[in-house]
Amino acid sequence: MSTTTEKPPVTKSTQKYIGRAMKRVEDPRLLKGVGTYVDDVQLAGVVHAEFVRSPHANASIKSINTDAAKKLPGVIGVFTGADINEKAGTIPCASPLPGGKSPVHTVLAGSRVYFVGHPVAVVVAKTRAIARDALELVEVDYEPIPAVIDPEKALEKGSALTHPELGTNVAFTWGLAGGDVDAAFKEADRVFKLRILHQRVTPMAIEPRGCAASWHSGESSLTLWTSTQIPHLIRTLLPGMIGIPENKLRVVTPEVGGGFGSKLNLYSEEAVVSHLAMRLNRPTKWIEGRRENAAVTIHGRDQIGDHEVAIKNDGTVLAIRSNIIADIGSYLQLLTPAIPTLTGLMIGGCYKLKAVKVDITGVHTNKMSADAYRGAGRPEATYIIERVMDYVADELGLDPIEVRLKNMPQSGEFPFTTITGLQYDSGNYQAALEKAKELAQWPRLLKERENARAEGRLFGIGLSTYVEICALGPSKIMAAGGWEWGCVRIEISGKVTVITGATPHGQGQETSFAQIAADRLGIPIEDIVVLRGDTATAHFGRDTYGSRATALGGTAIAMSIDKIIEKTKTLAAALLEAAPADIEFAEGKFFVRGSEAKSIGWGQLASEAYVAKNLPPGFEPGLEASSFFEPPNCTFPFGTHICAVEVDRDTGQVKILKYTAVDDCGKQVNPLLIEGQVQGGIAQSLGAALMERTVYDENGQLLTGEFMDYAIPRALDIPEYALGSTETPSPSNLLGVKGVGEAGTIGATPCIGNAVIDALSPLGIRHVDLPFTPERVWRAIQEKGGTL
Amino acid sequence: MNISVKISVNGVLHEAEVEPRLLLAHFLRETCGLTGTHVGCETSVCGACTVLVDGQAVKSCTMFAVQADGTEVTTVEGLASNGEMHPVQEGFWECHGLQCGYCTPGMMMTAVQLLERNEAPSRDDIRHALDGNLCRCTGYTHIIDAVEYAAKKGRA
Ligand code: FES
Ligand code: FES
Repeated sequence: MSTTTEKPPVTKSTQKYIGRAMKRVEDPRLLKGVGTYVDDVQLAGVVHAEFVRSPHANASIKSINTDAAKKLPGVIGVFTGADINEKAGTIPCASPLPGGKSPVHTVLAGSRVYFVGHPVAVVVAKTRAIARDALELVEVDYEPIPAVIDPEKALEKGSALTHPELGTNVAFTWGLAGGDVDAAFKEADRVFKLRILHQRVTPMAIEPRGCAASWHSGESSLTLWTSTQIPHLIRTLLPGMIGIPENKLRVVTPEVGGGFGSKLNLYSEEAVVSHLAMRLNRPTKWIEGRRENAAVTIHGRDQIGDHEVAIKNDGTVLAIRSNIIADIGSYLQLLTPAIPTLTGLMIGGCYKLKAVKVDITGVHTNKMSADAYRGAGRPEATYIIERVMDYVADELGLDPIEVRLKNMPQSGEFPFTTITGLQYDSGNYQAALEKAKELAQWPRLLKERENARAEGRLFGIGLSTYVEICALGPSKIMAAGGWEWGCVRIEISGKVTVITGATPHGQGQETSFAQIAADRLGIPIEDIVVLRGDTATAHFGRDTYGSRATALGGTAIAMSIDKIIEKTKTLAAALLEAAPADIEFAEGKFFVRGSEAKSIGWGQLASEAYVAKNLPPGFEPGLEASSFFEPPNCTFPFGTHICAVEVDRDTGQVKILKYTAVDDCGKQVNPLLIEGQVQGGIAQSLGAALMERTVYDENGQLLTGEFMDYAIPRALDIPEYALGSTETPSPSNLLGVKGVGEAGTIGATPCIGNAVIDALSPLGIRHVDLPFTPERVWRAIQEKGGTL
Repeated sequence: MNISVKISVNGVLHEAEVEPRLLLAHFLRETCGLTGTHVGCETSVCGACTVLVDGQAVKSCTMFAVQADGTEVTTVEGLASNGEMHPVQEGFWECHGLQCGYCTPGMMMTAVQLLERNEAPSRDDIRHALDGNLCRCTGYTHIIDAVEYAAKKGRA
């Protein structure tokens, strides 16, 4: 049985592309194996960099001897922090919090290393194999120092310090309060406490990171090819680090083999490789190995939360008071501090709480930095609030659905301002819940559970009704601009080139943006090419993260098209000998109102606009427009996930029997791609729920350093789905789009978690920590005697 | 000391002097210039590097080029014939079986072997066959759909 999905709405005209499940235009090159990922970029005379990395979590460096490595035939150079750090800048954090303390993050270690994998030196050689051989010849004399690993102990008085110069392990504190918390707790019939851990996870894109840089000495300019989600942000940040002007740097993102937030960063290696290409005047390339990827590409999540919840006996949730410790690792990467703040902002979920108080402490430990991993702070928030809802139901003996319905705003209450001050743009949470119940065949599911329990089987049903924050903007809440840019050019032949400042890397916007443009221009989609991922063509951009590309990037394209249409009306008026005010545009044709038979299309208008012989006075030649879309607000997608699980009493193994998801991501451009995003997101969430956990031992050694030790879901782990959607347009952009890249990752972990706890509830189990590995579940069962 | 090998890749004979430690994956990518075969782990877990060696799906990072001497290798670049996509490629395209596309060549080569052995696999058969290939983007469901599509198409 395959996924059951409702059919997309049938559209009237064959020219209408938005809303159609269309296969992707980017696929043929990838299917034929001729797409160019960063390791496929061919550069004449390229040399290869490999990094010497610390085997210790915490150590001072006594000495580094590079002599033997330098003598190996084929080695071009070996460079340490002393050789490079002055010239390659420091790694930026774009979201520092007021009062926060952060260590200086040099590209290579100075006199001390702070995590396993910390780069200490870089070797450059003619081939990758020689560079790897040379790594072995670099002698580093370390003096190990006990590592700071447990974030709670790190906060105790007298704890060893990750960065002694800061005088504390506290990287930042951040608080958020809304409503009268004390009054809400006074009003409560009951108060309960919950401790929720969200484990550290490793993004594990199948393509590791990598970059290549080429210095053009004649122009004194640099081209950097890098497997990143953010070529434009890199172009903003890197020039100052390596000492070239912004307009001498071109950043190219070739095909990117998965990001999930892990490539939403400016990493040391990108700066070092850029610097080396300039310094050696030779194209330089570095490709990350899997072990490196697990150790030195950012990790995600890793929060410990103590929550106090005030409730009424009727199921009303009045308030939450939370204390969250975020283990952020050794350094602040690009968005490290921002991630737990998103947890704070979204902790109330899709409910009308009277008061919320969240205090977050970011703690430095001797681990890799934590930063944005798909969902970025929202999966943590959703897990907390959705566990709370089930806890309330359990505490009061109520139906978990009733508890949720009791606390949700009604569809008429939107835009809905939360107690933390966010304005949820639009929503109909009850409709999504109702639809999910229907698709999941709720009454039947309850019956199945009843029967299973009667047979002594551990069968559970879970649900989560999530809301997320996407399309991150406006600029006033973003460090470096929350807008997006797009450009549309009707070429002289009438073909259309669309350029986006977003940086799709698997999401399929070469297709979905063409759908948007084709509809708006009224032309066949085959006439459109979408360009992305090269700062030489996409002059501006804020790139792809936070499920923002379609809502913001798509809108910038639509705005540009509208500008072109307005401009073209003047030209059409001249050619049709009418007044511009009388010109109408529909289905790709310009005509005088009332006489549609006599119309002109883009082909003729484009050639007139560029040949420029018959232009009306004041008409600037060409048909091109670009736009910056500055959103008035974020978007708030939502939905309901329901799943049924069975737990094997003897092994603790959790099996997902059936998974239902109804997601509302606003207006749908391409339902096929949306389904792909949802399924992929759920799979990652399933990994976090059932198997994934990044483990450092007490010495700070990374025990999950490759795929053999770090389990990600495989084909056999994936259940069959029933997927559906509701479509509540966002008022925040003219397309009505909300975004869907992270929905699955946000909605699914709590859904699975709630189902597992429900399955175990007949044993009196009310809580198990994530992830629900067989061992953990089995232990929980054993603690309760293992029997009903 | 380099060793000379003769390996036929997608019907073209490649003769080269290679280091004994050169992996088949790197031989294909670097010596033959066929970069459709991807490397995701080099430890034979992810399956991105899967190719067919004498018709058998092999993770090309687990094999040295010298071990492949005298064999016939098919890579993703050899799947289409006369410009026509292989049914597996077509299935992946129709069913949105790829997002970033990095795992895709390996997934497809594994699927090709499955369909050669079992022309009408069940969804569970497909899950089992693909269990040695990791995908972090799609969540596998569309990949399973794609292989089902290819199976139907192949039988038609
Ligand atoms: S690269 Fe060969 S299995 Fe991963
Ligand atoms: S499509 Fe990206 S890893 Fe499979």
